[in-house]
Amino acid sequence: MIVRQAAFKTAMLDPAAPVPDGIINPDGAPASKRFDVYRNNVAVSLSDALEAAFPVVRKLVGDEFFRAMAGVYLRKHPPKTPLMMFYGEAMPQFLRRFEPAKSIGYLPDIAAIELALRHAYHAADAAPVDANALTTIAADALMGIRLRIAPATQTVTSDFPVHAIYRANTVAGAPKPVMQAEAVLVTRAGFDPELHLINAAAATCISALKDGQSLGQAMATADDTLDIGAVLGLLLAQGAVTEIY
Amino acid sequence: MLDATNHTSLPSRPGVGYKPQHYSDIMADAGPLGWLEIHAENYMGDGGRPIAQLHHLAERFPISVHGVGLSIGGEGDLDADHLARLKHLITWLNPSSFSEHLAWSTHDSHFFNDLLPLPYTPQTLARVATHIDQVQDTVGRRMLLENPSSYLAFAESMMSETDFLRELSQRTGCGLLLDVNNVFVSATNLKTSPQAYIDDFPLDAVGEIHLGGHDEDEDETGAPLLIDSHGKAVVDPVWALLDYTLAKSGPKPVLVEWDTDVPDWPVLAAEVARADTALALITT
Repeated sequence: MIVRQAAFKTAMLDPAAPVPDGIINPDGAPASKRFDVYRNNVAVSLSDALEAAFPVVRKLVGDEFFRAMAGVYLRKHPPKTPLMMFYGEAMPQFLRRFEPAKSIGYLPDIAAIELALRHAYHAADAAPVDANALTTIAADALMGIRLRIAPATQTVTSDFPVHAIYRANTVAGAPKPVMQAEAVLVTRAGFDPELHLINAAAATCISALKDGQSLGQAMATADDTLDIGAVLGLLLAQGAVTEIY
Repeated sequence: MLDATNHTSLPSRPGVGYKPQHYSDIMADAGPLGWLEIHAENYMGDGGRPIAQLHHLAERFPISVHGVGLSIGGEGDLDADHLARLKHLITWLNPSSFSEHLAWSTHDSHFFNDLLPLPYTPQTLARVATHIDQVQDTVGRRMLLENPSSYLAFAESMMSETDFLRELSQRTGCGLLLDVNNVFVSATNLKTSPQAYIDDFPLDAVGEIHLGGHDEDEDETGAPLLIDSHGKAVVDPVWALLDYTLAKSGPKPVLVEWDTDVPDWPVLAAEVARADTALALITT
């Protein structure tokens, strides 16, 4: 009647499974409702963590749908570490394949934005360069420079107007989304992450800069819709550049 | 060797489980609040506001780091990455106390975010002792181990919980964290006496006392089933058990925990004041 933790785990994750033999109440009888406390604690605490992590996804699908979806997610993607602040990493991929949510095409990208905001919130602090730092660099040297991008800086690209959808669900009076592809840049100048509308070309270029490519190389990764002046202006103004080298 | 006498350098005053929404209130007027507890896992990010706030708090208050994810009772090895994160936090913060739970929460790299129960056998005792040795060697200090809330029992158990904890403390040199709400919850659920548990507890090894709220339910036989939810005020019988404990143990650091449905600061401050009164009763 030794209860192995593997047997405890199996029964805990499956409400229909029998409670392991050897788990008893104070009178020595089987203790199924007492075991349910753990089943409930695990499901509720993980579901609560997902609710806290994805408030806009939850608003878009409604409480009841979210709760049911979270119940599937937490069994398919249990936490791999005790860092609950990062729980839900697989949510975008999960939502792409989750049949009941497939009609909401932008949902995975909204989840990706919420993940990016959370990562930005907990990212390492980094002192930015002066917003005018690029003006001191000779024009013929510009293409060869590299920018070290602050760890909090993230991008998400989408085929949907995700910046507008995110704002419409978080900012009172924000305009109604218009169907178009949008990308977002997340920066963190102080402690609060901020969301900025950019285009896919800008997102590609910023990712390349973040990977350590030179300005010239990064520009070459994007198509001709790239407005490099606007991209650099935004990164510098938001304190997202920590070194020019 | 680890210092075998000093369990904690927390003051024998009331403390509270820190919640970020109370930051301004606490910094403006701490009242009798003598120290703060943080959950280790919430401060394992790389930076940002949580870490910055913790730096500020640590300038004002002694800090107790309370881990909830180490899975000291797990059948498998301790998570080396998590242990390294814990060491990093304890190294830069240099807290007044570090504690964890007599429980398991991870199996096969699957973290359950709950404190799961252990049978009290010589085998589990040996395993938990090995894990405590490993933790203490890694972080370079003694830890406190907290008694769990029990909802059920294991037929295979051969020792009482108090004997199990006493033996662990003796083998590893770890101190103990006595959660009197957990004592009350377990005693009610398992039909034992909470006072007898305190009478049998190695109070000399106690470095910290915890208090919290619980929910009330019933099992399928109609017997009371209390659930350690930390979502309510501490009930009168638990305050009475605190008084009973302090009368035997003398002054100790006493913590009020409120982790779900967290109220505004004045509600929590009233609990802190009550703990302060309980401590004042035994010191005058």
